[in-house]
Amino acid sequence: MKLFDSVELAGRNLREAALRNSLTTLGIAVGVASLVAMLSLGVGLQRMATRHLKSSGLFDTVVVTSRRDLRAFNREQEINGPSAVESPDLDEAARHKIASIAGVVEAYPELRFVTELRFGDKAHLTMVSGMAFSSKDSDSFEGMQGRFFSSEEAHEVMIQKTFAAELLGRSLPRAPEELNVSDVAGPLLGKELVIRYAERTASSNAADSASYSVTQRELPLTIVGVIDLDPDSMRGSMRARVFLAQKLLESLRPMQAFDTRDATRATSADPTYSSLIARVAGASKVAPVEAAIKKLGFNTFSILDASKSMQRFFKILDMFLFIFGSLALTVASIGIVNTLVMAVLERRREIGIMKAIGASDEDVRGLFFAEAGAMGLLGGSLGVAFGWAIGKIIGIGTNIYLRNQGFPPEDFWAVTWWLVLFALGIAFLISLLSGLYPASRAAKLDPVQALRYE
Amino acid sequence: MGGTLIRAVDNVTLTIVEGEFVALLGASGSGKSSLLNLIAGLDSPTSGTVLSCDKDLSRLSRRELAAYRRSTVGMVFQSFNLIPRMTVLENVELPLRFAEVDRRKRLDLATSALTRVGLMGRLGHRPVELSGGEQQRVAIARALVGEPKILLADEPTGNLDSRTGKEVMDLIRDLNRSAQMTVVLVTHEQQIAESYAARMISLADGKVVSDLTNAKAATFGGDA
Repeated sequence: MKLFDSVELAGRNLREAALRNSLTTLGIAVGVASLVAMLSLGVGLQRMATRHLKSSGLFDTVVVTSRRDLRAFNREQEINGPSAVESPDLDEAARHKIASIAGVVEAYPELRFVTELRFGDKAHLTMVSGMAFSSKDSDSFEGMQGRFFSSEEAHEVMIQKTFAAELLGRSLPRAPEELNVSDVAGPLLGKELVIRYAERTASSNAADSASYSVTQRELPLTIVGVIDLDPDSMRGSMRARVFLAQKLLESLRPMQAFDTRDATRATSADPTYSSLIARVAGASKVAPVEAAIKKLGFNTFSILDASKSMQRFFKILDMFLFIFGSLALTVASIGIVNTLVMAVLERRREIGIMKAIGASDEDVRGLFFAEAGAMGLLGGSLGVAFGWAIGKIIGIGTNIYLRNQGFPPEDFWAVTWWLVLFALGIAFLISLLSGLYPASRAAKLDPVQALRYE
Repeated sequence: MGGTLIRAVDNVTLTIVEGEFVALLGASGSGKSSLLNLIAGLDSPTSGTVLSCDKDLSRLSRRELAAYRRSTVGMVFQSFNLIPRMTVLENVELPLRFAEVDRRKRLDLATSALTRVGLMGRLGHRPVELSGGEQQRVAIARALVGEPKILLADEPTGNLDSRTGKEVMDLIRDLNRSAQMTVVLVTHEQQIAESYAARMISLADGKVVSDLTNAKAATFGGDA
């Protein structure tokens, strides 16, 4: 019998015992809903974690430090690398070498210092950091008010919202998430902020090549943007609340806290950097770039190290969620076996008639398989819809609770297209497996015995 | 029961010629239905052979037997054996589904078979809405829709009154004559056998006790 005919007959048979088959299908739907709900929770949590990591801006970033700093990122680097004294300086030459590695989009020094800023007649103290022009397209600036720097050396500044609130003399809420960028940006955009910094200049004395002089300077800047970025996030410019365009900041040659250490070297007056940020062309390039930089004799750190253990955790979590979600589906599959065995018993004579008029064992088997598969697909589709609805309801409920507790709402539930296909596939497969025994029992019926059955 | 062996058909040797109308007569339990089931390929002999259309049915696989039943034989039963939830048309086209005939052709053949048995006006009805005679005519239409060489009828008038039974038997005889279809009729009614069958084989305890040519039916076509 053709597949279409089997399916058509199966549909007719299912409609005949509508109540029983509907209840069995509902059982499958509940099983699939439980599976979808569990797995979508796993996927959603993983996405939430990834989203938070991504917003840290480190997914395409490798942080490079010199071994001379005696601060390896992990013990393996400490053991395997060259000794501190033999390792190269993280200076302008190293920066160019790193920038020329395949996959590196740009390499720039991490410039970061605490300084005084004047807004109107009031002074404020905070951490200032450079911001690469290429980070313009990063998703770290969601919810920004105003705009990004107009050029790489524009005398412009972007400030973090808590600093903006401080400039306006407003008290900070208990949770920073409760402070809206739009509430503080308006009065500040276009206003002047004066930064004070210490400029480092090489000594004019040729005989003393390692010495330099420090001059205090001030530079007026225009506030062009207010951003939402969490100053305590894992982003490179940790705790910075004021950002200048990277090139502008480099041209100012600001004195860094660790510059005093340069004075102990007797090589040159050129500055070395505490750390360099190598921005790479996508997350897939992070590992090979890290390896190439390590070969140059530097220490590296990237989010890959953190995300690997996170991925392992989520794989285990997904597995457990799948097992628990599948329990209900297993119970539902027993329901299918029961329904179909009942159907075989009830339709014994009908099976005998079909065999007498030419149905083969395969035709009969196919018919019961089609019934099992149809219940599986229908139950699976309903289950996906139920699972999605359950996720939505729980998501809304949880976000109401989070908001009441002073936390921002989170989207931790994700029903992806592959999850939908997977759930439908597994429902179909389990239904077919459940149909194996009844279908085989029906196929093996002796037609003479079956025709005698009343 | 238990280990007792019952020989439903025992040491029977007979040949049925193509186009013949044969009646198998006997009391209940004489083995006539068992013999019919052997010819239909629904049952297999524990020993011996059943040759039908050059095929040894005892050597065929279950799949081959199903194909044989689809293409070579048509069966009519005492209790009609129609599928109650299907319409008349669907019941008749069911064997063609198993033969994987295209939908359009299936409908044409089923309609044509139902026209032949005079039930064109009942296509959309369910069996329960028909009289006994009509149900049996649907069963005959289902049996002949695949244009079988052999029609096997097991007590086809057993559940019908005498007038309806005669109509059904007339129909079977017409098929035998017009399409040269071999008919094997199982009946316990001597009168029906004498009226329609050209050959009457009597069985008792699974054995053939007589095999007679019915000159009257052969000559006059059973004008009962």
